[in-house]
Amino acid sequence: MLNNLTQPHEYPGKLFVVEGIDGSGKTTQLALLAKWLSAAGHRVFVTEWNSSALVKAATKTGKKKNALTPMTFSLLHATDFADRLLYKIIPPLKAGMIVLADRYAYTAFARDATRGVDRQWVRDLYSFAVRPDLALYFRVPIDVSVDRLMARRVKLKFYEAGMDLGWSANPLESFRLFQGKVLDEYDELVQEFGMEVIDARGSITDQQRLVRSVILQHLNLNHVETTDDELV
Amino acid sequence: MTSSSDQSNEGATGNGHAGRYYGQGIAYLPLNSYPGKLIAVEGTDGVGRSTQIQLLREWLEVKGYGVVETGWTRSELMQPTIELAKSSNTLNKLTFVLLYATDFADRLEKEIIPALKAGFIVLSDRYIFTALARAGVRGVDRQWLRSLYGFAIAPHMVFYLNIDVKTLIGRVLESRGMDFWESGMDLKHGDDIYDSFRTYQQKLLKEYASMGDEFSFRTLDARRSIDRIQEELRRQVSAFLEPAEKIPDSVSAMAKS
Repeated sequence: MLNNLTQPHEYPGKLFVVEGIDGSGKTTQLALLAKWLSAAGHRVFVTEWNSSALVKAATKTGKKKNALTPMTFSLLHATDFADRLLYKIIPPLKAGMIVLADRYAYTAFARDATRGVDRQWVRDLYSFAVRPDLALYFRVPIDVSVDRLMARRVKLKFYEAGMDLGWSANPLESFRLFQGKVLDEYDELVQEFGMEVIDARGSITDQQRLVRSVILQHLNLNHVETTDDELV
Repeated sequence: MTSSSDQSNEGATGNGHAGRYYGQGIAYLPLNSYPGKLIAVEGTDGVGRSTQIQLLREWLEVKGYGVVETGWTRSELMQPTIELAKSSNTLNKLTFVLLYATDFADRLEKEIIPALKAGFIVLSDRYIFTALARAGVRGVDRQWLRSLYGFAIAPHMVFYLNIDVKTLIGRVLESRGMDFWESGMDLKHGDDIYDSFRTYQQKLLKEYASMGDEFSFRTLDARRSIDRIQEELRRQVSAFLEPAEKIPDSVSAMAKS
């Protein structure tokens, strides 16, 4: 079996990922991190979960009709991930760039397991992935996440709220139940994959300060600044 | 993944699974005893699978069996995406495998399992072995592939239509000609579609043959006439279904057959 997700990669670039449930603030933190890194002269590429053009049509159809089963949901996201890994993530890593991923395989591990997909099967499924140099997990209590989403008047989406599982007909209640279980799964993953936990209840600035200090440690260690080849 | 975890999650491999999941399966969809039967007809492109399935279906229906057909990439969810991806040249070997697996999962949960539970005979035009063969030829990790398809149900019978490349080439050229994917042009063996087809199909046939024991293929010589092959198919299917035929009302008798 492949074991790429548990072995350090050998690319000159760096891969940093952020994880956490909706409303944990990870996307905000990632954007600030990208700003800081770019300003410091690094070449940065940001990639988001479930964003490849390849599976967009199928995901859209499936979601619109609420036709996705936990297995097809899992496999479609893995397809999207494989597409992005090979076209968007590995090339910049080979070029010595910094890749920032908004969600990574751990999102699949947490969500798919909550949907009843076999845990080991999902891990094996994603064993072709590249192990991140650092995975930051923004841990937030479910109430804080819900308050943030409500404040932004975010409309809870069918699958994000786990409505497909039929635990509650009320989207907010379903979201609480589903994401509550996802949080439990994340807690297991922190141990298993050595994720760095950030307390996501703090202020945006405090969190970002912490994020930058953690990232800095990984940049100082054997970071290879690629220089341009000689002009011909 | 460590080697110890591999043992705990057996993938698609081994005999004696007929009618059950190969591996851990789909936890939220447990397979208790069900009255239906799953029969797969495998073989490479242009070997004559569909013709045989049509004939087998008619024969079974005349005998009074309910039949449901399922075929590779025919899921409502994935068919448009797979067609698009094939035509736009953005597929790599990994996404290729995963799109097919998604299609298969969709059909398994929405067509195959419900039909089996309702007592139908499911005739599958191709099964996971096509995916394993195509990906294997493209260098995808075999252990990973078997783990991936661990959610598949082991068919009660797998017929493998075996053929040699020379006969296959004649047949394909006589009927519809060689196409890009069936010729493995994505593997870039060269610009010549004929040479590429030959090299690719030869590798595929070898890959299929290597799975024969692992998945209990019933190999049929596809070079024989359509009638001769159909005769053999019916003989074997009949022998398999016979105990159930004698007591058509007894679900438990069918389950034991």
